[in-house]
Amino acid sequence: MAAASLRSVNPTLPRTLASPTRSPPFQSPFLRFAPASTTSFNLKPLVTAPAPSSSPFVTRSAAASPQERKTFHGLCYVVGDNIDTDQIIPAEFLTLVPSNPDEYQKLGSHALVGLPASYEDRFVEPGETKTKYSIVIGGENFGCGSSREHAPVCLGAAGAKAVVAQSYARIFFRNSVATGEIYPLDSEVRVCDECRTGDVATVELREGDSVLINHTTGKEYRLKAIGDAGPVIDAGGIFAYARKAGMIPSAAAA
Amino acid sequence: MASSVISSSPFLCKSAQKDLGFPKSSQISVHRCQKRAISRKIVSVMAPQRSSSATGSVKTGMTMTEKILAKAAEKSQVVPGDNIWVNVDVLMTHDVCGPGAFGIFKREFGEKAKVWDPEKIVVIPDHYIFTTDKRANRNVDIMREHCREQNIKYFYDITDLGDFRANPDYKGVCHVALAQEGHCRPGEVLLGTDSHTCTAGAFGQFATGIGNTDAGFVLGTGKILLKVPPTMRFILDGEMPSYLQAKDLILQIIGEISVAGATYKTMEFSGTTIESLTMEERMTLCNMVVEAGGKNGVIPPDATTFNYVENRTSVPFEPVYSDGNASFIADYRFDVSKLEPVVAKPHSPDNRALARECKDVKIDRVYIGSCTGGKTEDFMAAAKLFHAAGKQVKVPTFLVPATQKVWMDVYALPVPGAGGKTCAQIFEEAGCDTPTSPSCGACLGGPADTYARLNEPQVCVSTTNRNFPGRMGHKEGQIYLVSPYTAAASALTGHVTDPREFLQ
Repeated sequence: MAAASLRSVNPTLPRTLASPTRSPPFQSPFLRFAPASTTSFNLKPLVTAPAPSSSPFVTRSAAASPQERKTFHGLCYVVGDNIDTDQIIPAEFLTLVPSNPDEYQKLGSHALVGLPASYEDRFVEPGETKTKYSIVIGGENFGCGSSREHAPVCLGAAGAKAVVAQSYARIFFRNSVATGEIYPLDSEVRVCDECRTGDVATVELREGDSVLINHTTGKEYRLKAIGDAGPVIDAGGIFAYARKAGMIPSAAAA
Repeated sequence: MASSVISSSPFLCKSAQKDLGFPKSSQISVHRCQKRAISRKIVSVMAPQRSSSATGSVKTGMTMTEKILAKAAEKSQVVPGDNIWVNVDVLMTHDVCGPGAFGIFKREFGEKAKVWDPEKIVVIPDHYIFTTDKRANRNVDIMREHCREQNIKYFYDITDLGDFRANPDYKGVCHVALAQEGHCRPGEVLLGTDSHTCTAGAFGQFATGIGNTDAGFVLGTGKILLKVPPTMRFILDGEMPSYLQAKDLILQIIGEISVAGATYKTMEFSGTTIESLTMEERMTLCNMVVEAGGKNGVIPPDATTFNYVENRTSVPFEPVYSDGNASFIADYRFDVSKLEPVVAKPHSPDNRALARECKDVKIDRVYIGSCTGGKTEDFMAAAKLFHAAGKQVKVPTFLVPATQKVWMDVYALPVPGAGGKTCAQIFEEAGCDTPTSPSCGACLGGPADTYARLNEPQVCVSTTNRNFPGRMGHKEGQIYLVSPYTAAASALTGHVTDPREFLQ
């Protein structure tokens, strides 16, 4: 069944997706990590060049192989356990539609604004749209609560690149993978207890040996392998994965 | 098969063994369970995990969820951990996530793309409806455009915001509407762009929440990539005390296993108590599965289910049941006759406490509504308690019927034992606020002008499903999650109150 074309299910799906999408698709911060090479996984007819379609993972898929080294570097923002989606993006901001470029930017400006006042450092300064923190460090059950995709989207829109948490709620994790907005990583220990907001850190993703390096404390932490989500991330998100598997038409098909 | 040892505690808690290679996030459940149950004897029970033989010739017993997913993936057998492409029977979306989902659908499949099946998509505006927020209103308009263009059969539209009754198509809260309109059927796969889509598992189907991107994919293909979850079994036996409700049961369970206790897993509920529950009570139970991190909840369908479903749809369905030799990753047993009304204290759904132990907590308001606690039977229960008490509420008590049908029931149905009085009459006599227009309301805060939104740092007793900081609006608001009985009792005293104060 994996190889069966879905056009038998939905005959209206075009054989090729040559029509350009709305212009211009928004730039996700993931695009900062430009692919090292381009392969024949050609999606150019689908979008107005050179930006990808909805998922920035699509661009990475043009080059990314599981062995490719990915690096995120910047300041850490540390939160605790059970950071739910209402704290990540309060419900009143859900009227913003993530697929609308202007509203996407606005979502970023509200990222983590739901955190209680005990968090003295704000993730995004009032009046700003971008965060100065690249890596969110969390505890257990990060992203619990709602299925709202606005949660990983707002973090990505604000400019964060990765979350390193002890564990995730499943819908948040899945949405992070599907959208490509933020890279969800599992730590083996409670890094949220050992890192402070403002620490400078690097996340290095390698085949079987990913690490979080806290330059401020000098400590290094092993990160767990991405698991079953790996093939989807490596392909470039659910749409790219489905195209690779022949499930939906690829733009390259004649 | 798993064996069990009965301890002397009122109910038995068996901790889940270490996981067997499932995503590591499930491991914290063991730690939490042991932390909470210090005074009780914990017996570790693990049903043996069987894997299919290499030749595939041995057929392993499957749980309900495994069977539903196997059938939807056109496979004869699946085991937990399998990543499979699954056919979707129903996709639901609402005003908050619909625009984004369709936006992604168009971007990925093209502006001229058509949805995979315009009769399998149900669009239910319900979240931010009765508000002057322009973006919220616009989102309903956006959905109208998409539904018109795609010829979507089920669009429960609203155009006159001033009078919900002037909108014949409008329903209200999506999860209640799905059930009431006959979209929930045993054996099917139902996805929704809302975490409480798991509510529909009460009908013996696989139902779970997804994000916009996944929904955009389903819109075009009618399929989704899913990993088969392992099943935790919760067997609830014993006669349900008259003062206890399904909300107490699920709060009890979440308090037991924690907010991540069921992450990536199925929660299967069975037992004599479950069999005695009405459909609406089963929906309440499955509704909060996501609050334990669960992927989906299921209840084996029976005559109660078939009766409800067949009265609302003529679409044929095929119920499935867990095999006798199916493998479960954990087993929990509860003697329901020994349970007491509970609350979830701020700020977590697993912050469980006995209602009677919170009687000194002074409250500022009571909220009865949402997919969790705003159905007809929820209002009936509250009305029954108000009537038994014969007193007036001491704090503002907000009533938000989940759907048009619920609102009509509140005004039309006589409450048993109340001499012919309707819920609405009893609520009025008790001094509650007038039942408002049906929607999700203030369960999740919403735009600033949402009715009953928590705009000040007050203490609110609520029949809703989450109480994380800021959930109903104000970040310093304190939300106690309770059953409708407990909500009504608390309204009468102005403190968190065990309903037995008025029901016995």
